[in-house]
Amino acid sequence: MSGYRLKRGGDIDRSCPINFRWEGRCYTGFAGDTLASALLASGVRMIGRSFKYHRPRGLIAAGLDEPNFIVQLERGASTTPNLKAPYVELYDGLDAAPVNAWPSLRFDLLAVNSIFKRFIPAAFYYKTFMWPTWRVFEPLIRKAAGLGASPKLTDPDSYEQTSAHIDVLIVGGGIAGLAAAQHAAISGKSVMLVTGGRHWGGRLAGTSDSVEGKPAAVWIKDMLRTLSAMPNVALMTRTLATGHFDHGLVSLCERLTDHIPTHERSGPRQRFWRVRADALILATGAIERPLVFRGNDRPGVMLAGAARAYLHRHAVVAGREIVVATTNDSAWYAAFDLAEAGATIIAIVDTRPSPSPALVERAEGLGIMVHSNMAPAAAIGRRAVRAVRIGRVSPTGRIDSPAQAVRCDLLLMSGGWNPAVHLHSQGAGRLTFDHDLNSFVPEDGSPGHRSIGGAGGDFARYSTLAAAREQAVTRRPGPPHAALWSISESDVPDAEAWVDFQNDVTAGDIALAARENFRSVEHLKRYTTLGMASDQGKTSNVNGIGILSTLLAKPMEAIGTTKFRPPYDPIPFGLLAGHRIGDGLRPRRQLALHDWHAGRNASYEEYGGWMRPAAYLRPGESEADAVRREVLAVRTAVGIFEASPLGKIEVKGPDAAAFLDLMYVNRISTLKPGRCRYAIMLSENGTVFDDGVVTRLTDDHFLVGTTSGHAATITEAFREWLQCEWTTMRVLVEDVTTSWAVANVVGPKTRSVLHMLASDIDFSADAFAHMTAQRGYIGGIPARVARVSFTGELSYEIAVPWRCAGALWEALIAAGSSHGMVPFGVEALMTMRIEKGFLHIGADTDGTTLPQDIGFGAIMAKKTQDFVGRRSAHRPDGLRGDRRSFVGLEATDSNAAPLAIGAHILPAGTTQPQPSEGWVTSSAWSPTLGAPLALAMIERGEKRIGESVRVWDLGAWREARITRACRYDPQGARLDV
Amino acid sequence: MLLIECPWCGPRAESEYRCGGESPIVRPADPAATDDAAWADYLFYRDNAKGLSFERWHHRFGCGLWFNIARDTASHRILAIFGITDPRPVPEPGA
Ligand SMILES: [Zn+2]
Repeated sequence: MSGYRLKRGGDIDRSCPINFRWEGRCYTGFAGDTLASALLASGVRMIGRSFKYHRPRGLIAAGLDEPNFIVQLERGASTTPNLKAPYVELYDGLDAAPVNAWPSLRFDLLAVNSIFKRFIPAAFYYKTFMWPTWRVFEPLIRKAAGLGASPKLTDPDSYEQTSAHIDVLIVGGGIAGLAAAQHAAISGKSVMLVTGGRHWGGRLAGTSDSVEGKPAAVWIKDMLRTLSAMPNVALMTRTLATGHFDHGLVSLCERLTDHIPTHERSGPRQRFWRVRADALILATGAIERPLVFRGNDRPGVMLAGAARAYLHRHAVVAGREIVVATTNDSAWYAAFDLAEAGATIIAIVDTRPSPSPALVERAEGLGIMVHSNMAPAAAIGRRAVRAVRIGRVSPTGRIDSPAQAVRCDLLLMSGGWNPAVHLHSQGAGRLTFDHDLNSFVPEDGSPGHRSIGGAGGDFARYSTLAAAREQAVTRRPGPPHAALWSISESDVPDAEAWVDFQNDVTAGDIALAARENFRSVEHLKRYTTLGMASDQGKTSNVNGIGILSTLLAKPMEAIGTTKFRPPYDPIPFGLLAGHRIGDGLRPRRQLALHDWHAGRNASYEEYGGWMRPAAYLRPGESEADAVRREVLAVRTAVGIFEASPLGKIEVKGPDAAAFLDLMYVNRISTLKPGRCRYAIMLSENGTVFDDGVVTRLTDDHFLVGTTSGHAATITEAFREWLQCEWTTMRVLVEDVTTSWAVANVVGPKTRSVLHMLASDIDFSADAFAHMTAQRGYIGGIPARVARVSFTGELSYEIAVPWRCAGALWEALIAAGSSHGMVPFGVEALMTMRIEKGFLHIGADTDGTTLPQDIGFGAIMAKKTQDFVGRRSAHRPDGLRGDRRSFVGLEATDSNAAPLAIGAHILPAGTTQPQPSEGWVTSSAWSPTLGAPLALAMIERGEKRIGESVRVWDLGAWREARITRACRYDPQGARLDV
Repeated sequence: MLLIECPWCGPRAESEYRCGGESPIVRPADPAATDDAAWADYLFYRDNAKGLSFERWHHRFGCGLWFNIARDTASHRILAIFGITDPRPVPEPGA
C-alpha cells in the first residue's frame, strides 16, 4: 500500500461512495473521483504492463498525457479501449481492466519479453521477422503488443453531430482560458469556452495559491459566476478539442453520458462539434516532462505536477515516503503542498547547482533534505520503487560520483514543462525552440489563432492573465530550467531509461537509431515508434529530440519536431459517423409503387441506390423459377414493369440540339420532333460513359434518358460543360427523374391492354411507330409515352407525374387482367436484354471501353462534327487492331449452368492458364432459347464469330463458341408490328 | 476542412463542394487537328504546383455554380475567388 486519502479537502463528496471493479476486483471511491484517483487512493500501484516488454507500470500523470494507465472500459458491445484512467470519471458499477496484461496483471505470461529485452531492441520486429514474410508473424506480434481490444459487436450507443459558428472559441478552462473568455465576452462577442475535464481552473483548481489577490478557488468561482450570467457565453465541460484543421475548423468531442452509471444513461453518448470561430485562443496549458533515468518506469515514479493535482483535486497523497527529483522550481511547490498536507517528503533532489535560496529555506523549514547538483541515477525495486540511487550529475546528465541510495515508495520527477502545442501545430502553426524554457513554443504570428498561458510558454500568472486580456506584456519566462534530456551512469544513453512509456522506447533505443543513421526525427519516430499511437509524444517528444540533439551534436531547433496528428486523444468511430450508419449512411430510394410490389411478394434488391423487385415470387417458386415464368409471359403475352428509376433529363433552349450533338456520339440535331434515338455518350477521355434514348419533344426541347441511377451524374456533367466550356450556349438542364413515374408495358399483347385505357393516344401500329413518342392523357392523367424496347418485344414506356403513379398503375392492372398480364422484375428484364444482346453500361463496359469496341465505330466515322470523347477514342491505343469487342458466347458443353460472369476467355485447346483474351460480362439462362447465354468482351471478337474458345473460371474449364451479341429475333421482326 | 466563399451562396464548408482541378484548361479549338501529344497535354497534364494554384470548384450541394479559386496549396490560403470566364487575377507581391 502506498497512496492514501486525506480526511479533508479535494473536490470529492465523501458522503457519496462509489463502487467499481478494476481487473475483476471490487474497490470503492467517491463522487468526484476518476478511475486513476480512486485506485491511487486505494493504494494500487501497478496498473498496467508496458506495450512491448510487458514491464510493470504505474500511474505517472493526472491528465491525457498519462502513457501507462490505459484501460479497457466495460465489456461486450459497449466496451471502449484505450481510455486514459485519469480521464475516466468514476460511476457506480464501472468495470475496467488493463489493456496490456494477459492473462492478468500480476501473472503476465508475456512479461518474458522483459527478460529478453536486450534481444528485442528498437526495430527488432522489422529486422527479425523478414523471412519468409512479415505477414506470418504479424498476427502473433499484434496479439502480444496491441493496445486494447476493439469491440467486436455493433456499437449500441448513438452519437450526435452539430456545428457552431461563433466569434471566439477558447480551448482550455484554466485561468488563462477563463480570463480570455471574460475579456472577449465583455465586448458582446459570442464566446465558447471548452474544457476537456470536469474541473475549471486547470492546475490551480483546489490549490491555495493566490490569483489577483484572491485564493484560487474564489477567483475561479467568481469568474464562473460572471461568465454564466452572460448570455453570449457558452461554458462547456467534458468537451475535448480533438483536432484543428484547415481554415480554423476545430473539432470537439463532448462527452454527454460517459460519467453516468451505464443503466441510467439515455440519449446520445457523445456529441461531435465542428466549430468555426473568427478567433481561436488556445489555452491548453503545458505537459510536464519526465526525467529520463534507469528504471524511471517503475510503479511509484510519478510526475510531480500529477501528485500535486491528485492532492488538490481528490485529496489523495500518492505515497508515504516521498523523494522529489527536479530540474526546475515547479516540483518544489508540489513537495511543499504535499508536506503541508502531512505527507513525508524525505528529500528534494535538484539537478541545478544552486536552486533559489528561498526555496531551500522553505524546504528546510519543512524538514526536507535538499540535494542540489544531484540527479536520480536509478529507481530501485522490481514491481514498485523501494529506493532511489542519487548521485552528482554533470550538465550533460552523466552521474559522475558514486551514487547513494535513498529509501522511498514514491519518487516524484519533473524535467520541465512542454507547452501543449498539439492544436497549434495541427493548425499549421510553427514552433520555435525557447532556450529559457528548453522547449518548443508556438512561433508568434501564426495565422488565425494564438496560444496563451502555459500553451504559449508563459508560466507567470500575471503575464498570462494580461495576455488573456490582450494587454501588452513582455513575456517573463519562469526561472531557468537545467536542460537535462537523459541521465546515465555511463557515457552512453541508458538502455533502461524510458523516454516513451506508452510505446516502450528507451534512451538506448534512440542511441541505436542514431547509430544506424536514422537521424531525421521522422525516421527516428518510425524506427523506434517514439511518439506514435494515441500518445502522440505528449510526455516523450521533447526528451527524445533532446537526446537525439545531444547524440548528433546538433541544436534542438535543427532537429525539429515530428508532425502532431489529430485526434489529441482517441475518439470512437461512432462519433465521426454520427447518424450516417445503417440506413442513414445512404438513403435507399423506393419506387412509386413500392407497397404494391411488396404486396405481390417482390424480392427486393438494391440496384444503383433504388430498391427494386428482382422478381415476384409465387408460392413454391424459387427466384430462378419466377424469372423464367416472367420472361416467358412477356415473350408470349404481356408484362408490366415499373421503370421509374430510368434517368430523365430535360434539355431545353435554342442551343439544345447543338449542345447534345457535342455530348453524344450520335447525331441528335437531325432527330425530328416526336422521334426517339438510342445514343451513347463518352467521357472526354473517350470511354463509354452512358447510353439511353433521346427524345425530341419540340425543336428546342429534348428528353434525355440515362441509365437508372446515373441521371444526377449526367446532369452534373452537362452542367459542367455548359458552365465551364461552352459558356455562351443557351441551354437549360434539369433532372426530372423523380418527377415522372414510369410504367413499362411489354409483350405481343401490349396493344390489347392499352386499347382498353381511356386515352386520347392512338397506340396502333400506324399511329404510333417504333422509336417515337407522344403526349396525351390516360384516364385524365397527363402522360408522356415512348415506344421503345429494351427486351425486343413491343413495348410502351408510360411516364406520368409521380403522384399519379397509383392511378395509372391501377388502370393498367385492370386493363391487363383479362390478358394475363404479369408484373416482372429486374432479373427478367436483364435476361431478355441478354437474349437480345443489348449492352448494359457498367456491366458489359468498364473504364477502358471505347465506342468502337461496342459496335459504334461506323456511327462515329459517319458523324462529321466533333463531340466529347471523339478525339480521345482515336489515340493510338484506340486504333489497335487487337482491341476487345462486344460479342455473344454460347456454351457448347453439355453443362446447362450459365457461364460465370468474369470468367476468362482463352483460345480453343488451351489447358493451362495463360494471358486472357477477354471475359464474360453478362450471363443468364435463357428461358426463351432454353440454353445458357452470355455476353463477353473478347480480343478481336467481332472477327471471330463462330470460333470455339475455352472459358476458365476459378480452375474450372467450360467449352463455348463466339456468337453475335443478339441471339433472339436478330431481324427485329417482333418490333415491326 | 476549407471554408470556401461561393460567389452566390457565401461561405460554406468544403464538404459542400467538389474540386474540378486546374482551371482554366483550354479545350483545343479543333480536336481532330490536334496531335496526340497536345491532346494528351490537354487531357492529363496539370501543373500541380506547390503554392499558388488556380482551380475550379463546383458548389455541388448548394447552388450548382462552377467558379474559380486561386489557392495556395501549401498553406491552403484562398487568395482569390473569381468567375469561370474571368481572367486569372494577378497575385499581389508577397501574397
Ligand atoms: Zn453556391
